Amino acid sequence: MTDHDRTDTLVPDEGLAPASTALPTTDVMEELTTPPRSQWRDVWDQFKTHKGAMIGAILFIFIVAGVYLGPYLWSIDPTQIDIRSRNQGPSWAHPFGTDQLGRDILARMMSGGQTSVSVGITAMLLALFLGSLIGVVAGFFKRLDGPLMRLTDLFLALPLLPLLLVMMLLFREPLSAAFGLERGIFILIVCAIGITSWMPTARIVRGDVLAIKEREFVLAARSIGTSNTQIITRHILPNVLSPIMVSATLGIATAIITESALSFLGLGFPPDFPTWGRLLFDGVDYLQQYPERVFWPGLAISLTVLSVNYLGDGLRDALDPRIRGR
Amino acid sequence: MLNFTIRRLVLAVPTLLFISLVIFLLLELAPGDPMAQVPLTVPPEVKEKMREALGLGQPMHIRFWKWIVQFFWIEPQVLIDAMFGTTFSEGDLRVISWQTRSPVMDIVVQRIPQTLWVVGTAYVVAILIALPIGIYSAYRQYSWFDQMGTFVSMVGFSVPPFFSGVLVIVIFSVQLGWFPSIYDTTLVVNSWDSFMLQLKQMIMPVMVLALQITAQLSRFMRASMLDNLNQDYVRTARAKGLSEYTVVMVHVLRNSMIPVVTVIALGIPAIFGGAIITEQVFKVNGIGQLLIGAIQANDLPMVQTLTFIFAVLIVLFNLIADVLYGILDPRIRYD
Repeated sequence: MTDHDRTDTLVPDEGLAPASTALPTTDVMEELTTPPRSQWRDVWDQFKTHKGAMIGAILFIFIVAGVYLGPYLWSIDPTQIDIRSRNQGPSWAHPFGTDQLGRDILARMMSGGQTSVSVGITAMLLALFLGSLIGVVAGFFKRLDGPLMRLTDLFLALPLLPLLLVMMLLFREPLSAAFGLERGIFILIVCAIGITSWMPTARIVRGDVLAIKEREFVLAARSIGTSNTQIITRHILPNVLSPIMVSATLGIATAIITESALSFLGLGFPPDFPTWGRLLFDGVDYLQQYPERVFWPGLAISLTVLSVNYLGDGLRDALDPRIRGR
Repeated sequence: MLNFTIRRLVLAVPTLLFISLVIFLLLELAPGDPMAQVPLTVPPEVKEKMREALGLGQPMHIRFWKWIVQFFWIEPQVLIDAMFGTTFSEGDLRVISWQTRSPVMDIVVQRIPQTLWVVGTAYVVAILIALPIGIYSAYRQYSWFDQMGTFVSMVGFSVPPFFSGVLVIVIFSVQLGWFPSIYDTTLVVNSWDSFMLQLKQMIMPVMVLALQITAQLSRFMRASMLDNLNQDYVRTARAKGLSEYTVVMVHVLRNSMIPVVTVIALGIPAIFGGAIITEQVFKVNGIGQLLIGAIQANDLPMVQTLTFIFAVLIVLFNLIADVLYGILDPRIRYD
């Protein structure tokens, strides 16, 4: 009703008086009528001031888009062998050149990136799920705190890279027999990375849950008879979202590096199924003649990880209420 | 303090047992068969005998127990024998590699010096670079030096060693031809020339490893210095009229070093793990390369022993870090 009145009175005004006289009133009115700013709006505003994080976010989105949407624009099949045009340098037909079997390196980079990025994201999600679950349970239920944290300490004391290598060695055959070569190895790598990288998340989440559990709003929720599950999902989890999000970004970075390291050591994906680490590994054989074959996948890994790290850095600042607004 | 140390030591025992069990069970599921290389003409009953000779016939828990005994009881005896010329371990069965049919520990002992040499130098170099960078970045927070430091350490975090290693090989050994790309472990240092050669071949692996460690340590040093620089005691020190050098390098630095020292101790086992990749890139025949070779050859006792050595290193240095923290910061010692 009032809104309608205001527009009615303002519209004829605009023709008569300069616009500047009408503006202050609308400003004041808007300030009174706009709803309070949401938390995520504040976070976004703080995030925008972190230049590195903005560049990182844009770069990461660009890489992910290039890797997933690129094949629609660049429709050469990454596995198509063309022996006659092997070992070519950069040209319009093959911007990154071709490899020793005449396969287009740009197409292989895109398809390798798809695998690397999806392994990174899936493994991160798994590690995040395990870490948050164990962290929340350990923080919330006092009786489980001791055993679960001892378990976390034990996992932290495991030599991870050697164990990952051993796991790759042992479960490669049975899993590729059960799910097919590519999918079996994908499942294996994702599970191996996820199982060996949930510990930092669990520790951080547990610490936060311990603090939040003692706050008044949890007590209030409990006093009106809210069940434990509902307290956790409605009251605790939203409040520990920020450390989870930060460890999510860092988790993508470690997962991508670990996957590439496994592929580089020859224990990751099979040769005809490229990932960035595998492409780098294959390129090492031709290091002296064609150093660019090592350079492109290495650069892709490094840029992705760098952008994700900066993204996480900015996110940490933006989600910290003590820093925000300063 | 003694009480604190002993309690930590006691806690390390179940950790080690759990880890050895995990490693053992993981390998127990291995599909690889040590008899795969034996010709088909060998009759099955002979094969069965050979399996038993390798200790594969018994049930799982007995083999686990035997492995524990071999590792914790017999191998130390062998070590004592080798050092003092005694004969404690005569006639005892040791952990035998399936690849070479010789004791695993003998091969490991041959390989460890190369790893220690490269990794140790890298760690020392990294500490020497990282600490001054961290101190100066914190002292001049948000200066261009600090911004550069942040960027360089971000890059150091993000560039994996298998890329930075290959990159320096392309630049310094392929393009410029300054350093050899392969680490030659047979080189005997007995003259100035061979010393220079050794130095040259060590520069690249050491730099690649050091870049990563520097990135982490300098960030940590900076954060720790920043925590202390705004404390009241620093203002007191300045108010007393102490020189800026004394305030920063004595008062602040000593307090900031407490967490950094423990991080340095905690990082040592991680470096051994990370050196696996660097060793592979530069063909250093240390224990990392031994592990990769053993994995590819399906040599399970070797893999088992090496993985366990890595685990022992982690637990040991965690212990050292804990005790060190207790010594350096009396507030931590809640006896």
